[in-house]
Amino acid sequence: MNNTPRFWNPYAVGAGIGVLSTISIFTIGKTLGTSSAFVRVIGFLESLFWPDYVANSLYFQKNFLGKPIIDWQIALVIGLFFGSALAAYWYKTCQIEAVPSIWQKNFGSSVARRSISAFVGGIIILFGARMAGGCTSGKAISSGLQLGISAWIFIMTLFAAGIVTARILYRK
Amino acid sequence: MIFDNPYVLAHGLLVGLAFGFLLQRGKVSRFNTIVGQFLFTDFTVLKIMFTAIIVGAIGVYGLLHHQMITQLPLIPSSMIGSAIGGIIFGCGMALLGYCPGTAIAAIAQGAKDATYGVLGMFVGTALFEFVYTHIYETTHADPTKETMATALNVSPWLVIAVLAVAALALFLVIEKFEKKQ
Repeated sequence: MNNTPRFWNPYAVGAGIGVLSTISIFTIGKTLGTSSAFVRVIGFLESLFWPDYVANSLYFQKNFLGKPIIDWQIALVIGLFFGSALAAYWYKTCQIEAVPSIWQKNFGSSVARRSISAFVGGIIILFGARMAGGCTSGKAISSGLQLGISAWIFIMTLFAAGIVTARILYRK
Repeated sequence: MIFDNPYVLAHGLLVGLAFGFLLQRGKVSRFNTIVGQFLFTDFTVLKIMFTAIIVGAIGVYGLLHHQMITQLPLIPSSMIGSAIGGIIFGCGMALLGYCPGTAIAAIAQGAKDATYGVLGMFVGTALFEFVYTHIYETTHADPTKETMATALNVSPWLVIAVLAVAALALFLVIEKFEKKQ
């Protein structure tokens, strides 16, 4: 492989996300985010089986009930999927793999081991996101750019915990 | 009510398309990029995140200044919840190697492990809803819309200027460090 960059300059991508946030706030009054889309899906699924439980849940009362299920953010997440697929296809940067290389160096090439760990990681990350009220996009970037104090607390604790965890997990 | 109005949904879809495109082109839909940031072998995440924050801050406070929006779309959020959430989130992000948005983008480009990650995210959401009733009085009692500008009682532009200078200094150090390697 030669050294021509296969990806865009990160500063340009960051500026693009900043501009996109501004456009979104101006045109519809909403900020980029993905993690509350999960609340809509889970709220909907649980309401199919346990409507009484959902109706009495304090969390669902605050964050789910009385709002459309397929909302702006769900549409954004669907768009995000296709936007990434388009970019990967267009620029030939698909990455069909089950075990990333840094993981493989540390934990071997077992697909089951990686898949289960990713599943557990997913549980932890969304639990944390809902605890904080947002994720990297919805909280760190979207509230961070509005200078929200809680977002900056989130950014600092996220990086601190991420750095420590990564150092413990990936020694090789 | 199942669907929001079609204009809102089309708008979300377009914003999402652009967002996903940018994340993929920025290389942050990859495990090695995310974990590499925590290991200080790849600084893409910091570069993208802080540039987005500075540019977006200028954008949103510019809109506010020119009365093109009447108020900030800031979601009230608890400090304790944010701190605990940040710690849990950081641990999960290091293990998973994606954040929620980039995991979706990663699935789209073929990363199979991200699919399991997103499945776990549904479980994590349900789990949090389950415990919320028991913890919210301690973790979410103080939702605030306070910003660094309102808390320090200074102009937001001063805060943005300080952040921009700090980010620029950080970027210069990173670039120098990367050249050395």
